[in-house]
Amino acid sequence: MLKIKCPICGNRDETEFSCGGEAHIARPLVDNKLTDKAFSEYLFMRDNPKGIFLERWCHTSGCRRWFNLARDTISHEIIEVYPIGQMPKTAKGKKSYQANWRRRSKAEAASKPAKRIVK
Amino acid sequence: MANKDLDRGSRALTQKSKRYSIFSLARNAASYHQNWQQAWRHAEPKSAYDAVIIGGGGHGLATAYYLANIHGMTKIAVIEKGWLGGGNTGRNTTIIRSNYMWDESAGIYEHALKLWEGLSQDLNFNVMFSQRGVLTITHSEHELKGMSRRVHAIRLNGIDSDILTPAEIKKRVPTINISPDIRYPVMGGFVQKRGGTARHDAVAWGYARAADDLGVDIIQNCEVIGLRRNGSQITGIETSKGFVKTPKVGCVVAGHSSVVADMANIRLPIASRPLQALVSEPIKPILDTVIMSNAVHMYISQSDKGEIVLGAGVDKYNSYAQTGSWPVPEHMAAAAVDLFPFLSRLRMLRQWGGIVDTCPDASPIISKTDINGLYFNCGWGTGGFKSTPGSGHIFADLIAHDRPNSIALPYGLKRFETGYLIDEHGAAGVAH
Ligand SMILES: Cc1cc2nc3c(=O)[nH]c(=O)nc-3n(C[C@H](O)[C@H](O)[C@H](O)COP(=O)(O)OP(=O)(O)OC[C@H]3O[C@@H](n4cnc5c(N)ncnc54)[C@H](O)[C@@H]3O)c2cc1C
Ligand SMILES: [Zn+2]
Repeated sequence: MLKIKCPICGNRDETEFSCGGEAHIARPLVDNKLTDKAFSEYLFMRDNPKGIFLERWCHTSGCRRWFNLARDTISHEIIEVYPIGQMPKTAKGKKSYQANWRRRSKAEAASKPAKRIVK
Repeated sequence: MANKDLDRGSRALTQKSKRYSIFSLARNAASYHQNWQQAWRHAEPKSAYDAVIIGGGGHGLATAYYLANIHGMTKIAVIEKGWLGGGNTGRNTTIIRSNYMWDESAGIYEHALKLWEGLSQDLNFNVMFSQRGVLTITHSEHELKGMSRRVHAIRLNGIDSDILTPAEIKKRVPTINISPDIRYPVMGGFVQKRGGTARHDAVAWGYARAADDLGVDIIQNCEVIGLRRNGSQITGIETSKGFVKTPKVGCVVAGHSSVVADMANIRLPIASRPLQALVSEPIKPILDTVIMSNAVHMYISQSDKGEIVLGAGVDKYNSYAQTGSWPVPEHMAAAAVDLFPFLSRLRMLRQWGGIVDTCPDASPIISKTDINGLYFNCGWGTGGFKSTPGSGHIFADLIAHDRPNSIALPYGLKRFETGYLIDEHGAAGVAH
């Protein structure tokens, strides 16, 4: 059983939460024309690391707020809890953010305004 | 639908001295079973192969066997980081059925079921395939309606499937509680009589022994740590026992698919999740069929040793730790006791988890990749044991001919670009 520290309610059992999977997936903007292959990276392809994983959780049976978690998928150790819309602060969390292939994907580049995409 | 001209290959181990039979049993009994030949050689990696299969689970071993038997590719190896069948193959609850809803699924799972029927003879190894029937029960009016829609779709594909009333279920399974007052009352169900169970280890061992006999090197305790390529052509694999040259690599590593795909910069839609099971102390025969419930997400059967085997749904977060978290078996045990009150006094002997490769549409990926000679067979998630022979059979065909056959075609990675998903999550609600 995981003990998860909800940023609003504090330590609670894992049964009170739902896991929303990979965090920091940005939706491509409509102005940016993407191939179906590149769009499928956003829609279906997922980071699935053996090690530190950044994921979204929701305190479903509590305050119902979403937040981010950096968690080790081998030991289940929770490295840090940080708010939605923010970046991880620990060294391990930052490293996992950078290591994710999505940072270099066309879909993520297209989540920023069109003029900034380097062709 | 399933192909008509199913090529099972020629019967394995035709050499008399090696065959298992009543005569070899008698012969070996006379020498106190001291002289049985080893089932397969302990191979070390050679410097080059025509093809390498990564992953010595049932699917990988079956792939190697059919590559050698049907396609004549005998200079091949299976590379396994642990021991044969130590992954999900040896951890699963062994439910076998082909009553899936979509045509594509009917094609693949029925193909597998046809191979199961006769597999022990094909391999000269008793895989203990037992067609004891798989009974799926429903617990609400809506589920009942959804079920009849599904049953008719299944029947249209020529797959056996019969609807049962609660009274008929009670007749087949006297220990079940059909009282309308329980938390999940039994409203009806359907049965596939050709479904059943098999002995998981025997499947891995049977394929390994038959593949080895055809010259396939089966290499255990050897981890693949890198994939080497030249431009868009695969050229070999890096392993913990050194580099192995090969123009074809088939990856069949289940929960580790994303890890291996990362070695070649290939993206997969897979999430690795623990799936757990429990077995009780052995008791006298009391359950002679498999019962599963989608709504409760519980399935139950009795092994030939007498243990009650229980399984549930996947854990809710990604993990590579082969354990799982406690709330899942607790929920499963509660539901099981509700449906089968006799279970409440049973002691559970063991609990374990396997890391399953769940896919967004609950259907597998059997696919070429952007890299020539690199193939993936994964995404079987919580329900791939039943398809072991079929999966190996069509994956071998894909690797040998470098093109998917009609059964494999819908299962390419392309479907995540075209949107042509095979949504068995929605159709079946459960993936076992
Ligand atoms: C608890 C549980 C219950 C289940 N119940 C059912 C059921 O009732 N019915 C059903 O049909 N299915 C069921 N399944 C699913 C089924 O077990 C799997 O889909 C199926 O066994 C997968 O077989 P496989 O050969 O692809 O994978 P595995 O047997 O997992 O084999 C993959 C192998 O790859 C190896 N490997 C991984 N990485 C590397 C590497 N880098 N180098 C070398 N080797 C590597 C692993 O060690 C492993 O042995 C269940 C699974 C679990 C965990
Ligand atoms: Zn909260």
